[in-house]
Amino acid sequence: MTAFSGLSGQLSSPLVPLAAVDWHAAFFMLFAALACACAVAVVLADSVVRMAFYLVLSLGATAGLFFLAGAEFVGAMQLMIYVGGTLVLLVFGVMLTAQAPFVAIKPSTGDKLLAGMVGAALLAVLLQAAFRVEEWRRPAVAAATAPAPTATPLGMALLGMRVDDPAPGSTGVRSGYLLPFEIVSVHLLVVLVGAAYLARAKRRRTPRAIDVAASAVPTVERSARPSSSALISGGRP
Amino acid sequence: MADFLINSLGLPDWLAWTVTAVVAAVLILNVIAGGALVFIWAERKIAARIQDRLGPTRTGGRFGWLQSLADGIKLLAKEDLMPEGADGMLFRIAPYVSFCASFCAFIALPFAFDFVGQRLNVGVFFVVAVLGLEVFGVILAGYASASKWSLFGAMREAAQVVSYEVPLGMCVVVPVMLAGSMDLVTIAEKQSGWFTSWYLFHDPFTFVIFWVYVTCAVASVNRAPFDLAEAESELVAGFHTEYSGLRWSFFFMAEYGSMFLVSALAAVLFLGGWNGPVPVARLLGLSEGTGDTAGYLVRLLGCGNLLLKATLGVLVMMWVRWTLPRLRIDQVMTTCLKYCTPIAAAMFAGAMLWQLALPGGLLRGLPSWLSRPAGEIREGWLEGPGGLRTRASTGAGDSSNVARVAP
Repeated sequence: MTAFSGLSGQLSSPLVPLAAVDWHAAFFMLFAALACACAVAVVLADSVVRMAFYLVLSLGATAGLFFLAGAEFVGAMQLMIYVGGTLVLLVFGVMLTAQAPFVAIKPSTGDKLLAGMVGAALLAVLLQAAFRVEEWRRPAVAAATAPAPTATPLGMALLGMRVDDPAPGSTGVRSGYLLPFEIVSVHLLVVLVGAAYLARAKRRRTPRAIDVAASAVPTVERSARPSSSALISGGRP
Repeated sequence: MADFLINSLGLPDWLAWTVTAVVAAVLILNVIAGGALVFIWAERKIAARIQDRLGPTRTGGRFGWLQSLADGIKLLAKEDLMPEGADGMLFRIAPYVSFCASFCAFIALPFAFDFVGQRLNVGVFFVVAVLGLEVFGVILAGYASASKWSLFGAMREAAQVVSYEVPLGMCVVVPVMLAGSMDLVTIAEKQSGWFTSWYLFHDPFTFVIFWVYVTCAVASVNRAPFDLAEAESELVAGFHTEYSGLRWSFFFMAEYGSMFLVSALAAVLFLGGWNGPVPVARLLGLSEGTGDTAGYLVRLLGCGNLLLKATLGVLVMMWVRWTLPRLRIDQVMTTCLKYCTPIAAAMFAGAMLWQLALPGGLLRGLPSWLSRPAGEIREGWLEGPGGLRTRASTGAGDSSNVARVAP
C-alpha cells in the first residue's frame, strides 16, 4: 500500500485519466467508505453473527487505513487485537450463550431512540473535532523499498527511552510508555475479572432436589441413617 | 521492478506500479494455487506409501501426477449446494474469507533478499495476525451451515485457536528478539552464512522452541493430529460438511496455502530463510544485494532455497498427519496450554539469558567465518548522521542505555 501512496506526488502523463487519480486519496476513500458502510451494517443487521462479520470488515478496513498511513505496527495490532478479539467475542459471547440457532436481536423503539441519541451526540462531537483540524496532512511516506522504523522506536519508548524528536519548546524528562501500558493492562484484567463474574453460572435460588428430598424424610429416620463420614470410615458410628 | 519499468521501458509511473502490483499478486496466487495442486498430489502419494498402498497411478501417466488437475475439473463441474436453513450470505462468503486471509499473509513473506510483495517493518507480526483471520472463515462456515457437524467443528476450532495462539506468539518472539527486528527480511539476513548461524542452532533453547513452533504451526493450520475441526471420522467433515464444488476447494487451497506459509515462516525464522546450509553464493564471491544479473541470479537461487525448505516443511506435516492419531479436544488444549506454553515461556527466558551471557553463541571461539558476527548494530536508523547512536555519542542521550538496548 505504501507503494501506491508514493505515486500521488509525481503524476507523469496528464493525458491518461488514470494517472490523474490521486491514488492515496482513492485508497483512503475506499477503506473509509468500507469502514463506514460496514459500521452502519452492524447497526442495521438482525443476526448477531452477521453483525460480528460486518464488525470484522469494518475493523479490517480501519486496519487498512492505518497501513495506508504508514503506521504498520498499529495496523497489525488492529488486526490482531480487534479482529481476532471480535472472533473470540463472537464465539464465547454469542454462540455459547445463544438459545436459538440463529440469534436475532430486535430492539424496542425506546432502545432505538436512546441508542440513536447517544450515537448522534457522539457523531456531533467527532464531527466538530474533525472540522476543527486546521490542516490535513498526507502522511510522509518513505520509498517503498525502505521500511519505516515504526516498531523499534515504539518498543524502545516502552522501555522508557523516547527516540522520537521532542516537540519544540518542551523541556525536561520525557516519560516512556511503560506506566500507561501497565495501567491499561491492569484495567483490562479488571474488566476480564468483572466479565467472568457477570457471566458465571448464577447461584440457584430454588433448593437442590436432593435437599428437598432429604428434608422431606422424617427427622428420626435421618438421624438413624449413617452419616457420610461414617460411611467413609467403614460404617462404624 | 517498478524502477526498471519506469527507467528502461519508459512507462508512466502509475502503469509501472500497477503492473508491478499485478505481477506480484499473480505470482503469490500461483504459489498458493499451483502449490495446492502439487501438494494434494504429494499428499495422496505419501499417504498411500505410508499406508502401504500405491495411491493414484493412472491419471496422467506413470505417477498419477495429473490427479489433482482431474480433481479440480471435477470440483468445477460439481453442483454448488447450500443447505436450506443456512445463512446464505455468510455461507457463501466464508470460503473467501479463509482464502483471502491465507493470501494476504503472503504479501509480507519474503522469498529472497528482495523478493517480497511488500516489505513491512512488522512483517512477523503482520503474518501471524493475518494468519489468525483464516480461522474466522472456518468459524463462519461452521456457524452458517446450519448443521450440527459443522457447528461442532467450528466450536472445536474456536477452542483450538485460543489454545495454540499463545504459545505460537511466544515462539515467534524468540527469533525477533535474537534479530532485534520484526522485519522478516532482516531476520533472515541475520542468519546468513553457514547453517551454524541459523537460529535453530543458535542455542539449545532456540532448538527446543523450534519444535514447539512446529507443534503450534501444525495446530494453527488444522492438520492432523490437530484436525479437530474436520475430524472426518467423527464429524463427517466438520466445518465444511455442507460445502461442495469450488467453495470447498477454496477451503482446501487456504489450508495448503497456510501450510506452505507456516513452513516458509519457520524457514525464515529458524532455518536461515534463503541462506542455505552452505553459502554457495558467498563462496563463489557473489553478492545478492547487487542490482546486476549476478545478484539477480543469486536471489533466484535463494528463492529456490526457501521454496525447497518450505516444501520440506509441508512434507514433514504430511508425514506427521499420516503417522500420528488425532488428539481429543481436551488433549489438544492440554498440549497447547499446559505443555507448549510453559515450555515456550521457559525457552524464551533461557534464550534471553543466553543472549545476554553469550551473545556470540557457543561458537565464538571458532574461526570468524563460522561464528556469527556478535554485537552488530540492529537497524540502520540507529546509525547515520541523524541516528540515535550518533546522537547518543555526542551526549544527547544516555549512551550506556543505548548500548544495552541495542547491543
